[in-house]
Amino acid sequence: MLRITNLHAGIEGQQILKGINLEVKAGEVHAIMGPNGSGKSTLASVLAGREDYEVTEGEVEFFGRDILDLAPEDRAREGLFLAFQYPVEIPGVSSNNFLRTALNQIREYKGLEPLDAVHFLKHMKEKMALVEIDQKLINRSLNEGFSGGEKKKNEIFQMAVLEPKLSILDETDSGLDIDALRIVANGVNKLKSKDNATIVVTHYQRLLDYIIPDFVHVLYNGKIVKSGDKNLALELEEKGYDWIKVEETTTLT
Amino acid sequence: MIDQLKDNFKTFESKLNGASKSNWHLLRKEAFEIFSKNGFPKTKDEEYRYTHITRALEKSINFSDFSPVIKSQHVETQPLFYDADAIHVFITNGVVNREKLNQLKVPGLDIMTLREATEKYPNEVETHFGKYADVKKDPFTAFNMAFSYEGVFIKIHKNTILEKPVILHYHVGHESQNHVFQSRNLIIAEQGVQANIIESNGSTNLQEQFSNHVSEIVVEANAHLKYFKLQYHSDKTYHIDNSFISQRKDSVVKSYTFTLEGKITRNNLNLMLEEENCEAHMYGLYVVHRDSHVDNHTSVDHKVANCYSNEIYKGILDDTSKGVFNGKIFVRQDAQKTNAFQSNKNILLTDTASVNTKPQLEIWADDVKCSHGCTTGQLDDEQLFYLRSRGISKSSARAMLLHAFVNDVLDKIEIDFLHDFINDEMYNRLD
Repeated sequence: MLRITNLHAGIEGQQILKGINLEVKAGEVHAIMGPNGSGKSTLASVLAGREDYEVTEGEVEFFGRDILDLAPEDRAREGLFLAFQYPVEIPGVSSNNFLRTALNQIREYKGLEPLDAVHFLKHMKEKMALVEIDQKLINRSLNEGFSGGEKKKNEIFQMAVLEPKLSILDETDSGLDIDALRIVANGVNKLKSKDNATIVVTHYQRLLDYIIPDFVHVLYNGKIVKSGDKNLALELEEKGYDWIKVEETTTLT
Repeated sequence: MIDQLKDNFKTFESKLNGASKSNWHLLRKEAFEIFSKNGFPKTKDEEYRYTHITRALEKSINFSDFSPVIKSQHVETQPLFYDADAIHVFITNGVVNREKLNQLKVPGLDIMTLREATEKYPNEVETHFGKYADVKKDPFTAFNMAFSYEGVFIKIHKNTILEKPVILHYHVGHESQNHVFQSRNLIIAEQGVQANIIESNGSTNLQEQFSNHVSEIVVEANAHLKYFKLQYHSDKTYHIDNSFISQRKDSVVKSYTFTLEGKITRNNLNLMLEEENCEAHMYGLYVVHRDSHVDNHTSVDHKVANCYSNEIYKGILDDTSKGVFNGKIFVRQDAQKTNAFQSNKNILLTDTASVNTKPQLEIWADDVKCSHGCTTGQLDDEQLFYLRSRGISKSSARAMLLHAFVNDVLDKIEIDFLHDFINDEMYNRLD
């Protein structure tokens, strides 16, 4: 589904990703962990197409198609979804109108008829129940005045509505209490299928108790320095990231 | 130019015949005297600092055959909203279509020309005409009064609830050789009245032209008036609008000014809160592009205690368009317990668009609540990316954000056809 080859990227001349290689297949859950500043969020942003970042080398193929030249909206239409670390508030834009526009533009891209109001509402109700989000939140302006947990929940709700092939959750767990974390993780698990895949970017192992990863990768200094199964996450939780840093520095020297 | 206009004034007087001894003509003469002393605003005039209208008028407009006494002309194009469910009044090149006017029969509502009103309602005209539009305050008001000849007079009788809005369709240009057009209103909303009045301004023209408008509005005790202006002129039209609204006790006025196009548009909106417990809302929206220039000067004068005023003006400026906002709030010494709020926000879509915005508060009372704020910025990149990352095209995302930006003004338009028109125009423009 996703193949990242030797990806180098940076911002304002500063190199942050220094040769990332990663392959994600349908049905898999990958966790990307790493200390602050290792490039986790940069990777998520580059994949989603944030224009501030410049890719200097490497390739990203999504279903065999190079997506680095695609606009963010076209990546989304191809089936990529980024759950933001800091979802922005957009006063004056209703969640309903926003999601309907998004869903129908994705459908149009795929050559499907737009959903009419009745079917859209039905679709929304279904997904609301699935991710346990309150109608009251949906009635408000997009993320406006939402708590941190509500914003993250809303990200998962959007993911449910748009039904992407690959979801990247960028530090979705940061700042969540255990109840919110459970709801968010539940939502992600319910949306999991053999046809889609998830990349969980996180700093904390805790989330991975609820979303069980098939693979865990450690990102450090712009590279994936270690890969393993879920036990690697537990090891990181116990020992912290310092041993990775030491190991990496030793390898270099 | 002044010498030219002195000749025009003499010619105008000679055409007035017997009417040159009337009270109205005394007002004209007084106004012309003031006007001829100062002329149109100089470049250094503080009030016109960012809008160099005089230079543009001198260059583009032919005043030599200007005369307010012109014959009615038919315009081929259908004005906006001509088929809306409303009470329609058509004013072409400053001339009121009397034929259509005479067909109007709405209980509690009198609409006629100002000249007819001097016969039918001499007391009202005597009491109100020229009493609010201060000829010393603005040169264009003086010019308008000096050459005033025609106009619309509206009297809404006590406790009348007008179900349908009144639309004054102002259209200028096209077939006329005259490049200067003037129009004038006197609107009296009596006690307990509830009404919506729309001034819809448009133009068709191949050459540059100048339209100079003055409205005087009296809103008597406990009356509720919504007063809309839609300015959608051609890109060759200079439009000056001076509006004066006098509010009496317990009255509520909501004024809306929408500017979508015009070479230079200048609005001077003046609200005078004369008696206690008045409520005044001023909403403005300018969405302009190319090299349109729009200037809104507003002034609300809290003369007495316990009044409330609230102002929200928003602008979206594209291409090389320019915006100017100046909002004055006066709170006089007696006007204790005043609540006055003001906000002006702008979004510039290009590096070449610009806005000059200035709040101006003069507060003499000590127990008041006043606030003001202005912002000018660009579309938020984070918001734009967020929307696009969900599959929404860049142009749709921009439109959504701009719509959200103006929504708190747009939502206040409770007249559907007007709301939808402005909404659609905005969308089309921004796509």
